[in-house]
Formats: sequence, structure tokens, C-alpha cells
Amino acid sequence: MAGFDKRVGSYREAMEGIEDGMTLLAGGFGLCGIPENLIAEIKRRGTRDLTVVSNNCGIDGFGLGVLLEDRQIRKMVASYVGENALFEQQLLNGELEVVLTPQGSLAEKLRAGGAGIPAFFTASGYGTPIAEGKDVRYFNDRPYILEEAIQGDVAIVKGWKADWYGNVIYRHTARNFNPMVASAGKLTIVEVEEIVKPGELDPAQIHTPGVYVDRVIRGEFEKRIEKRTLRD
Amino acid sequence: MALTREQMACRVAQELHDGFYVNLGIGIPTLVANYIPDHMDVMLQSENGLLGMGPFPTEAELDPDMINAGKQTVTARVGASIVDSAESFAMIRGGHIDLTVLGALEVDVHGNIASWMIPGKMVKGMGGAMDLVAGADNIIVMMTHASKSGESKLLSQCKLPLTGANCINRILTDLAYLEVKDGSFVLKERAPGVSVAEIVEKTAGHLIVPDTVPEMKLQ
Repeated sequence: MAGFDKRVGSYREAMEGIEDGMTLLAGGFGLCGIPENLIAEIKRRGTRDLTVVSNNCGIDGFGLGVLLEDRQIRKMVASYVGENALFEQQLLNGELEVVLTPQGSLAEKLRAGGAGIPAFFTASGYGTPIAEGKDVRYFNDRPYILEEAIQGDVAIVKGWKADWYGNVIYRHTARNFNPMVASAGKLTIVEVEEIVKPGELDPAQIHTPGVYVDRVIRGEFEKRIEKRTLRD
Repeated sequence: MALTREQMACRVAQELHDGFYVNLGIGIPTLVANYIPDHMDVMLQSENGLLGMGPFPTEAELDPDMINAGKQTVTARVGASIVDSAESFAMIRGGHIDLTVLGALEVDVHGNIASWMIPGKMVKGMGGAMDLVAGADNIIVMMTHASKSGESKLLSQCKLPLTGANCINRILTDLAYLEVKDGSFVLKERAPGVSVAEIVEKTAGHLIVPDTVPEMKLQ
């Protein structure tokens, strides 16, 4: 029993083991489904020279954007980084390196990283600047480029509910990159809104099985909305 | 008269079919959702993982965990499903989406599209655009025919860095509806009141003009 109990009692304990220079994978799409308290703990720790892999880099003052304030990110791998003035400034100053990756390829790189597949061929990006230097092969007369998998030293994930064993379910579109990120980390930490006893989640409805998860912590979430849009 | 954004959306909506799964890009393509005919059932895909996007929420329905690819709050319709990002792009890359509509900065006679990067300006990223153009067989580009300074966006060769190569076959501009075929644009329809001469003048790439070019019908 205790061997599968992944619960930890504090954010300090949850992020134990993250070190300068590591590759950090973070779930979320925009500000939806981001591990906001785990990010805040990394800011508090002052961990530096991080390579961060996430679809976006938050906004000024929230999400991964807070890690830019003390220059904790050295390199960012993302598909879209448009909502952040500090990001732009550090990029133009040469303080921050950016690798832009098509969104679908980024998701698949993380999926492959978690699934033990070192690389895959995709048509996405063929003939564009992101294909430069990548191997090209033809299948059925169509060109594809070779994209390599991504694995992380640490993965931070936002779930909705988890049980003690680290089985996780996500809520609505807050799922996004979280399951792939969870699978591709050597050390995977999941923060959730509710932790339930083993047996309370339907085994057939689990999105991320506990085998991928090392630690689970319950948090309180602001869930900031980036573009609040209502119908008339 | 050049088409308004709404009229452009109305014309593109005529390409929808009952039972289509459709991805509408951020910007003008989003307006197509307002012109889906009442008798038609169309499922909208949002690449952050929502298949079956509904209308924007009411105040009571507002939910930070429910957004579209433009990061706007949305709802899910009856029959929707929600998936992770890898699954969502598997649908796109695997050719399961029936129609993709997206904007562009330039398109050329080879079906190349440039839409994500202007050298010298801040590069924000391609998001899902490269996956969408590589994965879909059926793509309609929606854009103005020429830039604000009057330069054609329909070229013999894209000047800007590409989003995808040899992937575009249909274009709806504010002046015309065109197809891309064998290294040429083919003029299929013109906007009401727009002359063939104006379209010819504003198309930089090789343009084939059939003997008759009907006026677009806008419901």
C-alpha cells in the first residue's frame, strides 16, 4: 500500500529534486490546465538555467511567465509564445533561446518520449524553416521529416482528480498536453483539485495511470482566464 | 465591391456539407461558424482538444477549463468529445478532418502557404498551423486579395517563410474564389460588382481566366 501512496504534504516536498540546468516539461494550453502552484514553487526555489518544454510560456505575471522575471528559463521549446512582453524582451536581448515547434509535433514528441519511441516521421513542417537540418524520407511518394522525441528530467502536470496511487483524470480542455507531459518525465509531479481514496475513480475513466506519476499534491487554483468571451 | 469579412464567411460556408468535421482557424475563419445552414449538422474541431465546439458561454456557463484554440472560453455541443493534444493532432494529421479553413499572408501558384512569420518582426510561433496544412486534403484559405498597401498576396512564389508546401487548393479572397491547379490560379468566381480586370491586376501569380466567370452568390 505505502509503496503506491504518491501523496506529498507540501509544495516544497513536491518539487524536491529539481536542479539548475534541468529540462522541465509543463502541461497546459495558454493558461488552461497549467500547474500554477508547482510553477510558483519553482519560482520560490530560484532554480535556474532551465530548458522548459510547454506549448506556451504563460503571460506576464502568471503561469510560466513568472519564471522569466528572475531569468530562470534559458531555453524555451513551444509552439506559440505571443502573449508575453517579458519573453519578447529577453528573446531580443539574446538572454533566452527559443525552439518553435509545430503544436502537433510537440504533442507527439512528448507522447513518443513517454512511449519509448526515439523519433518519428511527420509531414508537418516539411518545406518550412523548421525542417532545416532534419532528415527527409518519402513514404508513398510524399516527403516527411524526422522529428525526435522529448523527455524531461522533471514533468509538472495539472489534473482535476487523483487518487493516492497517482491515477489522474483531467477536466474538460484542461487536459491538453498534460497526459503526454506526465508520461515523458523522469520525475512526474501532479497537482490536482481533489485527492480521493483508491477505488473512488472508475478504472476505465483514468486518463493518466499512476505508473507515470511519482508525486501527487492537492492545491488551490486561481484558474485565470486569458480571453473571457461570452455570447450576446 | 470587395466582400466584407461576413460575406467572405458566408461564401466559405457554402463549401460545408452535412456531417462534416471542420477546423476553423483563428481570425476571420471563425466567422464561418455563424453561417452554417440550419438544415446542416457540422462538428467544429478546436485543436486544443475539443471536437464539437459549441457557442460562447453565458455568464453562468463560463468555465476556465473549457477554451478553444484561440484561448477564448467556449462550450461543448451535444455529441462533443474532449481529447488530449496528441489525440487531437492525430485526427488532423491522420486526415480525419473533412475541411480546414485558415488565414494566410501569402499563397502561391504551387499551393505553398506562408502564414506564421515575417522576418524582422517578433516571431510568435506557428501554433497548430503547420500540422493543419500538412494533415488536411481539403483546405480553404481565407484572406484579402492584396495587402493594405495594395500588394498582391497571390504570388508566383511565396516570399515569406512557408507554413506548408504544395498543400493549398482553394482560396477565397475579398475579390474572388480561386482554385490552385497545375502551377496556376484558376479564377472560378468573382465578388459581386468586382471586375475580372481588377482581379487580374491584383493577382501577381499566373492566373487562368475562363471565358465566363460567374458572380458569387451570397445568401
